[in-house]
Amino acid sequence: MNMYDSPEREAKLDQKATKISARNVQVYYGETHALKDVSVDIQDKTVTAFIGPSGCGKSTFLRCINRMNDTIDSCRVEGTILLEGEDIYDRRVDPVQLRAKVGMVFQKPNPFPKSIYDNVAYGPRIHGLARNKAELDDIVERALRRGAIWNEVKDRLQSPGTGLSGGQQQRLCIARAVATEPEVLLMDEPCSALDPIATAQVEELIDELRQDYSVVIVTHSMQQAARVSQKTAFFHLGNLVEFGDTDQIFTRPQDSRTESYITGRIG
Amino acid sequence: MSAMNDKHILSSFDRDLESIQANVMKMGGLVEAALANAAAALENRDVELAEQVRAGDKAIDALDVTVKTEAARLIALRAPTAIDLRLVLAVMEISSHLERCGDYAKNIAKRTLTVTGGTEIEGAHGALRRMSRYVEEMMKDALDAYIQRDVAKSQEVIARDAEADQIYNTLFRSLLTHMMEDPRNIAVGMQLHFIAKNIERVGDHATNIAEQTIYMVTGELPDDDRPKQDRTSLTLQEGPIQ
Repeated sequence: MNMYDSPEREAKLDQKATKISARNVQVYYGETHALKDVSVDIQDKTVTAFIGPSGCGKSTFLRCINRMNDTIDSCRVEGTILLEGEDIYDRRVDPVQLRAKVGMVFQKPNPFPKSIYDNVAYGPRIHGLARNKAELDDIVERALRRGAIWNEVKDRLQSPGTGLSGGQQQRLCIARAVATEPEVLLMDEPCSALDPIATAQVEELIDELRQDYSVVIVTHSMQQAARVSQKTAFFHLGNLVEFGDTDQIFTRPQDSRTESYITGRIG
Repeated sequence: MSAMNDKHILSSFDRDLESIQANVMKMGGLVEAALANAAAALENRDVELAEQVRAGDKAIDALDVTVKTEAARLIALRAPTAIDLRLVLAVMEISSHLERCGDYAKNIAKRTLTVTGGTEIEGAHGALRRMSRYVEEMMKDALDAYIQRDVAKSQEVIARDAEADQIYNTLFRSLLTHMMEDPRNIAVGMQLHFIAKNIERVGDHATNIAEQTIYMVTGELPDDDRPKQDRTSLTLQEGPIQ
């Protein structure tokens, strides 16, 4: 058989490239061992959901991916996390540059107390992505369009971002995160403060963002994980218990702890 | 998996699941009784019992509708996942299989009313009764295995279908022989053959129920590689055994 049409090769082509590769990641907060030996490959152009009960380590792991844990003094991270093959914990890596590549959206919409325009322009300005006003206008418009909020705000770009509704604020924050052309978008419960309609809009947006980015979302809503993600990771007591295709995790999980958690039983 | 026996945090979810399963088991009980009564009515030429079986199918059909409605409600309101989802899907399938078996029992009863009073084919009624007992046993075990979530028992039910097919083959050839010997046997022989086929189909549905149990427990349907013993579709070329 010709090696070029072997099924193995086709299966390989079908697989998406690995964006983030974590190996044996341990996180300690002082004496507390919060994340235990997590190894996982996160694919490009895929939505990966992290689920698990409170305190399971899912947010801790998410925050490792853009070194948000650096800001916590007692926090110690071991193991390696590669972004496109580069160790993000290498001493030469500037965390500020890293966070431009790995954007983050938080639980509560947190627009700066500035205009809608300046909220989005902030990142491109500090990273010097625009040479002049016209270029910056372009970047802002493109980001707001990607954030699926352009039509709602194009006539009031100078109004304060804080004056928008909760759902609009969150989409503004997503637009702000994509303005620096990141490679990865991290979302920590991006819809938990939103009503169902705003949630649906953000979920639709997440699905669109998947065309260009690797999206990692932490969510307490298992239905949301099921709706928006292609891969799901279940964390429990600091361990990555199970990682697999979302449809497999929700129809036939392999681990009994996953089964107990997603079916709403006491594990 | 010990965690599977744990209760849901939301106890009303457990009550919904239990209710839907209770209705399926009730259906199973009615179907088993209908099959046993249909076969007994045939053997004893009991017209009254045959009429009872015919009338009783309504209750089975109604339960099928109840189960499907409850399942739709559970999917809409509870968004079941994993074992819960597989349970609901399996319950819907099993309900359909049982409903069909109820129809077979009803059909046997109808044909019983036709053949009663006609010529009798020697030994056929007894053989049908034996075959019926055999598939009733399969059905009972399939339902027990479902309730006990017993994969081994389900596999054993699936394996037993080959024997049901064998019994049917033998009966088919015997009926064919009688009909060839004396054309006056044809009218009754045809009816009895339909009855035999109905009973044989019940064995197939018991097998399908067993497969659903395996799906529910493991998440995978077993391969459909059991040997097919029903060779009657080839019989015209081969001719009956003398």
